[in-house]
Amino acid sequence: MSRFKEKGKKEIPAINTGSLADLVFILLFFFMVISTMRESTLLVKVAMPRATEVHKLEKKSLVSNIYIGQPLNVAALGTESRIQLNDQIADVSEVQAFILAEREARNEADVPFLTTSLKVDKNTRMRIVTAVKQELRQVGAFRINYSTTKAQTAL
Amino acid sequence: MVKKSPTINGGSTADLAFLCLAFFMMTSSMDTDSGIVRRLPPPLDPNIKPPEIRERNVLQVQVNLHDQLRVNREQIDISELRSVTKDFLSNPFDDPHKPEKREMDIPGLGKFMVSRGVVSLQNDNTTSYEAYIRVQNELAAAINELRDALSRERFGVTFANLRNDELRDAIQRAIPMSISEAEPRNDGGQR
Repeated sequence: MSRFKEKGKKEIPAINTGSLADLVFILLFFFMVISTMRESTLLVKVAMPRATEVHKLEKKSLVSNIYIGQPLNVAALGTESRIQLNDQIADVSEVQAFILAEREARNEADVPFLTTSLKVDKNTRMRIVTAVKQELRQVGAFRINYSTTKAQTAL
Repeated sequence: MVKKSPTINGGSTADLAFLCLAFFMMTSSMDTDSGIVRRLPPPLDPNIKPPEIRERNVLQVQVNLHDQLRVNREQIDISELRSVTKDFLSNPFDDPHKPEKREMDIPGLGKFMVSRGVVSLQNDNTTSYEAYIRVQNELAAAINELRDALSRERFGVTFANLRNDELRDAIQRAIPMSISEAEPRNDGGQR
């Protein structure tokens, strides 16, 4: 039974910290994968069309988003395309109030540079898009952006 | 007896990993928005009559309810739209059926013959957004290619790489983004 006998007093070994780096890397990759930086949860389905002639929007703080598409909750809202402003489904008539609220939240000097980004599902009919554009014209939000994903090759 | 090799102190690799983490956090762009930028016209004053535009100066682009494309009442494929638009706006041989040009004095470019051509885009209420964007994209591409060509000819770089704001402005005035959107048709009914 000498095999299991303690051989006198032993020093506590130092904990090997070599794998700490690996743990940090695993955390890094984990957060890189799960983080999608979206400010508002989408209530409508938005699969954006592709285009080649796209520009990047420079100042993200000066962009207000309008989402248009089929509601995700088809059972409650039907299949007709709807507008989403901030975190809720809205009507066309509420667009002007939304733009005014967005202006209110910004610095006055920045107001002329406010851009409205239209994030519209590619299967949407133009009727609702035209209606929103008319509202934007009425309220004086002339800078708009048709949000698209960049296509590498010609369509 | 085998000689024990000395272990490398691994304590600092964690710091290195943190450095990398901080670096990537700084440099990674959080899905920036991109798209086709347009300027909407101000609302029409009902008392002011819109200016008459001569027929030769208008390129009528229509997208119907089946997402088909018609240019000046002739059905064409979307792949042809870019060259048709370029040909219309530049009018290289001064064709009397294509837009007139007027001489303008543009700072940075000198005297330049600016086309008076206007692309009139009309869609149906039931046109799909995808088709609409494809047409907008082709029109934008046509104008960008014309601007690129002029910029390369005069300044030796493409328009996208032209950094001087004054020269960019000159090019934009020489080849204006003249797309006008007409009231949509309603052939598709309440579809």
